Amino acid sequence: MNILWKLFASFFKTGLFTFGGGYAMLPLLKAEVVEKQKWATEDELLDYFSIGQCTPGIIAVNVSTFCGYKLKGVIGAITATTAIILPSLIIITLIAAVLEKYMHLPVVASAFAGIRLGVTALLAGLIFDMGKKIFSKNPHWHLHAAIFTAAFALLIFGNVSAVLIVIMAAAAGFIPRFCRIKEKTGPEENNKK
Amino acid sequence: MIYWLLFYEFFKIGLFAIGGGAVTIPFLFDLSEQYHWFTTEQLVNMIAVSESTPGPLGVNMATFTGYQTAGISGGIIATTGLTTPSVIIIILIAKLLSRFACNPYVQTVLSSIRPGVLALILSAGWQIADISITGWLPGAVFAGILITSRIYKTSPIFYILLSAVIGIGLQL
Repeated sequence: MNILWKLFASFFKTGLFTFGGGYAMLPLLKAEVVEKQKWATEDELLDYFSIGQCTPGIIAVNVSTFCGYKLKGVIGAITATTAIILPSLIIITLIAAVLEKYMHLPVVASAFAGIRLGVTALLAGLIFDMGKKIFSKNPHWHLHAAIFTAAFALLIFGNVSAVLIVIMAAAAGFIPRFCRIKEKTGPEENNKK
Repeated sequence: MIYWLLFYEFFKIGLFAIGGGAVTIPFLFDLSEQYHWFTTEQLVNMIAVSESTPGPLGVNMATFTGYQTAGISGGIIATTGLTTPSVIIIILIAKLLSRFACNPYVQTVLSSIRPGVLALILSAGWQIADISITGWLPGAVFAGILITSRIYKTSPIFYILLSAVIGIGLQL
């Protein structure tokens, strides 16, 4: 019971003081989980992050579930995850309730017109960084460029849902593998890595 | 009824949004188109609030969207829906950790999803730009913030506050 309570407190604190989620959470979580409580080593924590980033869902939630599970099984996983999302749930609900009342004021409307531009600029920066990360030093860049172009064309001209795009992109990754098997018509050679 | 629908839709987002909080944005655009629970302009406001408050972006977005749609319980249900797939999947992976990470099929899926996700975010960004950049003055503000934020990379909260001040100052 005591350790579950500590787990809850650590992740609640992390949720309360992290802005933006994802890797922004790493320094705080390192201080709590690695240095203070010694629940995991730094390498283990970094492993949780790299897995959390490439599995479905929110990175912060994935990492919390991982830490909690390693420490105390399923109950630990649920405790850590509840703790990390609880500050968001409380703060956002309060803001949403207040915002509804003041949204019609001209000052608030102007502020949000400005904020929308700021968000657009930040998102443009993020897209740029993501693109750079995906296409630089990538041996499969031609396949990935084709997936990107096809997905974007489908989104603009086809009005295809986001879920379908993710599924099709995943399937498209297997095209080269499929072609290779057909060319060889012999036993598969997949032991390259 | 609305609660089931909220849970189902956010469960789907939790399952398919791979790569972090911003990836939820295109999925939320799909929601606003399909159900009209909120307008796209409200969605952009939500992104701004979510980015400038503590907590993971995706969780904040789910709470905000759920609240807009069905009040406090809506916020709780949307957030639960979003996190449920994560909890299930991560617990499964934690049990078979080493095998999962090295599997070549898993690697192929993960690396080929990334350019698809980039296209998703780009098209969402395009829609957001369309809503926010309403004339030449907002366009100039956008360009200014973009260039400044590329040169001085500080916390996004700083740029959100700055853009709020600019918005009030110019009476956008």
